[in-house]
Amino acid sequence: MDALTTFFERIIPDLMQGLLVTLQLTLVALALGVAMGLPAALAKVYGGRWLRWFAVVYIELFRGTPLVVQLFVVYYGLPDLGITFSRMAAAFITLGLNSGAYQAEYFRGAIQAVGSGQMTAARALGMTQWQAIRYIVLPQALKLALPAWSNEAVSMIKYTAVVFLIAVPDLMGQAKILGGRYFNYIEIYLVVAVIYIILVYIATRLVRWIEDKLRTPGLEMEVERH
Amino acid sequence: MSDRPIIRIEDLHKSYQIHEIIKGISLEVDEKEVVVIIGPSGTGKSTLLRCINLLTHPDKGHIWLEEEEITAPHVNIDKIRQRIGMVFQDFNLFNHLTALDNVMIGMTKVLKMHPKEAREKALWELERVGLSDRADHYPAQLSGGQKQRVAIARALGMNPHVMLFDEPTSALDPELIGEVLSVMQKLAQEGMTMLVVSHEMGFAREVSDRIVFMENGVIVEQGPPRQLFYNPKFERTREFLWKITELYGKEDEAGG
Amino acid sequence: MNFLEDLAFLFSYLLQGLGVTIGVTIIALSFGFLLGIGLALMRVYGGRLAAGIAMLYSTVIRALPVVLVIFILYFGISRVIDLSPFLSGAFALGFASTAYQSEIFRGAIQSVPPGQMTAARAIGMSRWKAIRYVILPQAIRLAIPPWSNEAAIVLKDSSLVYVIGVPEILRRAEYVSARTLEPFLAFGAAALIYFFLTFLTNRGLDYMERRYKLQM
Repeated sequence: MDALTTFFERIIPDLMQGLLVTLQLTLVALALGVAMGLPAALAKVYGGRWLRWFAVVYIELFRGTPLVVQLFVVYYGLPDLGITFSRMAAAFITLGLNSGAYQAEYFRGAIQAVGSGQMTAARALGMTQWQAIRYIVLPQALKLALPAWSNEAVSMIKYTAVVFLIAVPDLMGQAKILGGRYFNYIEIYLVVAVIYIILVYIATRLVRWIEDKLRTPGLEMEVERH
Repeated sequence: MSDRPIIRIEDLHKSYQIHEIIKGISLEVDEKEVVVIIGPSGTGKSTLLRCINLLTHPDKGHIWLEEEEITAPHVNIDKIRQRIGMVFQDFNLFNHLTALDNVMIGMTKVLKMHPKEAREKALWELERVGLSDRADHYPAQLSGGQKQRVAIARALGMNPHVMLFDEPTSALDPELIGEVLSVMQKLAQEGMTMLVVSHEMGFAREVSDRIVFMENGVIVEQGPPRQLFYNPKFERTREFLWKITELYGKEDEAGG
Repeated sequence: MNFLEDLAFLFSYLLQGLGVTIGVTIIALSFGFLLGIGLALMRVYGGRLAAGIAMLYSTVIRALPVVLVIFILYFGISRVIDLSPFLSGAFALGFASTAYQSEIFRGAIQSVPPGQMTAARAIGMSRWKAIRYVILPQAIRLAIPPWSNEAAIVLKDSSLVYVIGVPEILRRAEYVSARTLEPFLAFGAAALIYFFLTFLTNRGLDYMERRYKLQM
């Protein structure tokens, strides 16, 4: 029993530090993802030829390559071209860009699910296209996108794990360091696994609570009703 | 009948790919006039309506709204649309807003009215269509007839000079059609200029000042209801009216 | 001229990892397919224990980062059996994919209209026969769209097995980058190769989807 307590005493503080970093990464990546993804989706649906092309290239590139490869290109590769980022910055940027590409597709699907009749009616009232997007299409699209988005949000906790491969001291990163220090990798990884499970559980409940709060009659399904 | 038409359409043409939907239509609508457009499906009636507020762009031809040519190159379409109210077959109510907010949003965002003013006016419009008690309901909580009446209130809230109705009752269950038609009749009596695409022959006969029969992208015949129903100039008009009156179960009085 | 030669060498070196990447992906997907369907069947048709186990596995594994699953299984497996990193990595990835595929097939099985089972039993089929000849064939076809998504994901996640030393594309890119000191080219080229792989896979799967999709 004593050995167990000592074990935990040794690893918990560092793991908690790692946890903090993981949470930071998750939140920043999600926020960046929205900042990149929403405009990309709008560009893809409403943009002119060039804008749409940019959006498509961005989305296809970041969805079509592994996250870890993107991470390496940004952290190890860009310095070649004179652009250097710190580990954390590279992690934030890569995770954000990556998430943005996936989120763009969720947003795009939601925007298209809103139905063209809404835009038509808004224009018929005299709204400009931008007003129609802002007051009529987007509010509905964001609500429709909520399930897919919250999924992405919860999954982000897992995706951030790869940044330990560029030595970012997140949960996985700390686990690796501790494993090297005390030579019991697998036990530590199992503890980390439990921590992730708890995190994901909490996040799922949180997200479900938010979804309930935002429920509007008539905007629950992703199907256009007639 | 005044001698200055509110809407003037001259030689309108519209094609979708290789199909020409509107093959040269000219039409005038006077102030306070109620015009009902009838005809077989797919003959361009809805397209014609959508050209008037430029939701669809005509390929050829000109349209004037109160002496202003709206088909001219540098026209501010959004401003023009403020003067034209449109009611759709599928209602197109904004799903994320309550009935009241639906009516208000055009007023606050487009007309830039003060929210308090807008709210009062919106409630008044909802009262006008008989739905002030449903102001806080969302579209999903309304019946089809109620939705369409809110849609009418929404259009009216913009103080339009003319109202366009694109098959307003075609998507409704039969029992709900009446409530919408009575609102439309009331509007007509209050002097609103209305252009209605519809199959509702009863409404056409009772309320319209003029019926326009369209087929294959052209106007076959137009005139006051009495003329078209009892003394049409063309055989085709008589045929169509007979079929459709049969279909919709309205009784045709024999003789004058 | 020198630059082009370098580029050609770079690509050919990386492409030798192609077989490994594809191998890992295919093994992991197939493994995940068989086990995934098994777990899905347990979940839908099994008794409380079986369904509980299936649900537990799926929920736990899906809550963990894939890298972590690979690590744990690799360290676990290598204590018990002596497998090459290639196979360990492929199986570890397979175990991870199992969890996701079990959810996919569970959803698909539940989307098959209940009337199908009723009709099958009505003509005298046993439960197992009904599942095997009526439900599963339909479920598998219904599952094609989400499964294609999973396939693309596994292809991308295969890059993670480089951490246990499997000489697939990313591992090779790392090596080249260290040797030539031109990481941007090395990793950029790797990214390009993955991109084309994903692109081809998506196209191929789109074709399968169009041909075999079940119209309900």
